[in-house]
Amino acid sequence: MEWEVVIGLEVHTQLATKTKLFEGSATAYGAAPNTQAGLLTLAMPGVLPVLNKEAVRMAVKFGLGVGAQINYTSVFERKNYFYPDLPKGYQISQFVTPIVGCGHLDVTLEEGITKRVGITRAHLEEDAGKSLHEDFQGMSGIDLNRAGIPLLEIVSEPDLRSAKEAVAYLKVLHALVRYLEISDGNMQEGSFRCDVNVSVRPKGSEEFGTRTETKNVNSFRFVEKAIHYEVARQIALIESGGTVVQETRLYDADRDETRSMRGKEEANDYRYFPDPDLLPVVIDKDFVAAIQKTLPELPVQKRERFKSAYGLAEYDASVLSAYRELGDYFEEVVSLSSASAKICANWVMVELGAVLNKLNADITQSPITAKQLAGLMQRIHDDTVSGKMAKTVFEAMVAGEGDADAIIAARGLRQVTDTAAIEKWVEDVLAANPAQVAEYRSGKDRVFGFFVGQVMKISKGQANPQQLNEVLLQKLKG
Amino acid sequence: MALLPEEVKRIANLARLPLSEEEIIPFTEKLSTILGMVEHMESADIAQVEPLSHPLDLHQRFRDDVVTVLDEREAFQRIAPAVLAGLYLVPIVKE
Amino acid sequence: MHTKTVAELMVDLREKKISSRELTQCYLDRINAHDSKLNSFITVLTEAALAAATCADKLRAQGKAQPLTGIPIAQKDLFCTKGIKTSCASKMLDNFISPYDATVVRRCNEAGMVLLGKTNMDEFAMGSSNENSFYGPTFNPWQIECVPGGSSGGSAAAVAGRLVPLATGTDTGGSIRQPAAFTGVTGLKPTYGSVSRYGLVAFASSLDQGGPMTQTAEDAAIMMNVLAGFDPLDSTSIDREYGDFTQDLNKSLKGLKIGIPDEYFAEGLDPAVATLIQAAMKEYEKMGATLVPVHLPNNALALPAYYIIAPAECSSNLARYDGVRYGHRCADPKDLTDMYCRSRSEGFGAEVKRRIMVGTYVLSAGHYEALYGKARRVRRLIQEDFITAFQSADVILGPTTPNVAFKKGEKVNDPVSMYLSDIYTVGVNLAGLPALSIPAGFVKGLPVGMQLVGNYFSENKLLNVAHQYQCVTDWHKRVPNF
Repeated sequence: MEWEVVIGLEVHTQLATKTKLFEGSATAYGAAPNTQAGLLTLAMPGVLPVLNKEAVRMAVKFGLGVGAQINYTSVFERKNYFYPDLPKGYQISQFVTPIVGCGHLDVTLEEGITKRVGITRAHLEEDAGKSLHEDFQGMSGIDLNRAGIPLLEIVSEPDLRSAKEAVAYLKVLHALVRYLEISDGNMQEGSFRCDVNVSVRPKGSEEFGTRTETKNVNSFRFVEKAIHYEVARQIALIESGGTVVQETRLYDADRDETRSMRGKEEANDYRYFPDPDLLPVVIDKDFVAAIQKTLPELPVQKRERFKSAYGLAEYDASVLSAYRELGDYFEEVVSLSSASAKICANWVMVELGAVLNKLNADITQSPITAKQLAGLMQRIHDDTVSGKMAKTVFEAMVAGEGDADAIIAARGLRQVTDTAAIEKWVEDVLAANPAQVAEYRSGKDRVFGFFVGQVMKISKGQANPQQLNEVLLQKLKG
Repeated sequence: MALLPEEVKRIANLARLPLSEEEIIPFTEKLSTILGMVEHMESADIAQVEPLSHPLDLHQRFRDDVVTVLDEREAFQRIAPAVLAGLYLVPIVKE
Repeated sequence: MHTKTVAELMVDLREKKISSRELTQCYLDRINAHDSKLNSFITVLTEAALAAATCADKLRAQGKAQPLTGIPIAQKDLFCTKGIKTSCASKMLDNFISPYDATVVRRCNEAGMVLLGKTNMDEFAMGSSNENSFYGPTFNPWQIECVPGGSSGGSAAAVAGRLVPLATGTDTGGSIRQPAAFTGVTGLKPTYGSVSRYGLVAFASSLDQGGPMTQTAEDAAIMMNVLAGFDPLDSTSIDREYGDFTQDLNKSLKGLKIGIPDEYFAEGLDPAVATLIQAAMKEYEKMGATLVPVHLPNNALALPAYYIIAPAECSSNLARYDGVRYGHRCADPKDLTDMYCRSRSEGFGAEVKRRIMVGTYVLSAGHYEALYGKARRVRRLIQEDFITAFQSADVILGPTTPNVAFKKGEKVNDPVSMYLSDIYTVGVNLAGLPALSIPAGFVKGLPVGMQLVGNYFSENKLLNVAHQYQCVTDWHKRVPNF
């Protein structure tokens, strides 16, 4: 039996507003417990919600970023259930009329194919607090700092057909929300949480199988693993005569398995109804137009521009446009030096990329500024240093020794391009190594490298490699 | 509208207001009576009437994204049943 | 002194015939001497009140007094008062010291008023008799074996018994007007959105409104100048110029069109009450008003719609009372579910539980559209009826309640019979309109209330119509002997 996997993703992304969705308390990560929990967060008797304009703007911005229908009227509803991290006993969310309707995201898969993934809707809702399970005298501790922070819940159509596609979609979505500056997308801090809906069906079947929902997966790697586990589990279950139960599950990273959460979810009747403390949210064309104006160039647009304006290959353009800050950095380097875009791209992606990888940092934490890197590019371009020397300079810059020019001067790394000087060095080396000269002249081409090495040694690496090659070849011809 | 005790039990649990065995029957009777009063509204044919969310059909006002609420944890937790290290304590929450 | 109106006391204070401290002491003495018979107060703030009165006198001496500086007031225990117990007459909040002031309370404080205490009420504002209080029932000063009405029974009884010159109440389905009628005082439910609900512990958010309970319409107008106003902390608060509520009190009623809905005079109305209301109508005709028949054809649907919408909203509003962050928590909870269940079962009284259950039921899957969904449509019909009626009438007049105050215990076990006393009042809340109740006579020694309903933001007119009646009658001046 050939199986087809059907995946839909719900992503809860915390919006980067300064204050909560309905209360003016701060949203900074890492504050001491319950120090960012005001009267409304604590659901004190008599307090009332007032809507944060910035959250609405960010939701609309997202909608525009995925080409979605923006609903000019949307309604907040109460989702009623009891849980200690939900102080009011209800979550204010949007059910029937979300603020963002149907949209889509174009995802480039590894094979170079682009898949259009549908987005069903995106709506605003409050985040819940946190239960800390450390044993406090046999009790759990509740921290409500996070309760009330605005979330944008982004729901995809069940268009994804593999874990790889799912992760690719998530990466694009993740990059987009950071691009739009509506979320920092920090998965470790819980700013970007994925619920994965997985079902299987016989290949060719039109009907969907029963799906399970695996909640709160907070890394791309875990999403991939959770999907693999779930698919295998469901297939095994069905093939052995069982049926998949529609339920909520949790991914356990330590055991690499998903587990049923059935206890919490049993027959939860949420009794949605419009929140009577709030009025319908109505925005107009002007509101949306003003936000459209603030929209940055979107990743897809930037990628195309990098290809046409800088002549970059598809892959390079994709990498550099994936993160706004990365694209900005690259463009700054290009604009500040006369080096070719391709060379700059290479240095940013490969050399700087390796450094960032090692430091486990992203471009915003780069030890070298774009200006500094541009400075080095310029010196390569004008032949002040050779490509090889440039790497040394680069390492010194990373180590904090200063700008390219300062390092080149301090370490005397200027490339020598004076033909006479190079000829002198070559003559000295050839004179000092007659045996190798004879070897070379007898046909052993490999010895050429030895001479290059020797000249580099006595020139302290400063001989211009191209010129050195030319002079050496010439002199060896005899 | 006669409610069944089973239904009443389900509602009571949903509302975290469980009823004792002695309370179930009287509660079921009272609730049935109240819902019976509501019954004759059900026969009104008003599907085409728009629901009313607010008498004056007003819209939600916005608030600027500025911090206006400061940390008053000490004052707020003074009236709490059980706190430790700034956290509200509850019986263990199983995931 | 204690039978003086707020308007009169303001003059006395201004002319320094009396100090706020003396005035406050006078009321505190009366509360001390007589409230044991009424049980209208949950908390009396003796020291704080006297300190506030002393402050008020100082301000006056410095020439910094505002019109209401030094006037004593009682707040219904549904309004949050900072640093002061706010119980909502419930065991659930018996230990709750509010960390903040309701906007209504803040406005009264800023006006220089002296808070005497928090008044008794039906638990979480659910009730029409003040028999559903954790602190025991309140008694009607006109006849002690009768109820004062509810849910603002404590405020009504305190004002009627002149233990306080005025008080605040709240009205969701009649909870200011009905007790005002039962105790012979004046009570106004303002237009929805004109008095901030911030700090008013929510029962049914789309219906709740706080308002004044006073001896006279003039006092109610004076109080509205303090209570009404836009509040950015309340999303349902309406941003507009509210003006001076006293400015039209003395306008002539010549040409006034008073709408009389036949639905308010149908079966179920005590004939003795009807007679008094008809006498009041005659008084208005003498003043130059004309009576016009109006119709509220969907009025019969108002009660059922109310008893779906209000419980639905309350079932959600009261979910926060779970013993986690404040309020009552049961002893030694075994686990989380046990903590929720026992804290709530122990903390709430029977009527509150009933309403939460009804509300949970009407919102639950399978019932929503037929019940809650339908009730919201009925609401629009009710509103449209009123809007149509106001095309031919300036105000609508009728009895506030079908009967006078009933005896304690008479209806407490028959919830539907209790709910029927709201039959003339709930439609007003569903539509969000302003309405008041003023005394219109007595039946067998118990007060009768007349209700006046106005169009949106027409409080000035309502108060004018009420005040003019009070200029030619003296029902509102009668004081019970208890």
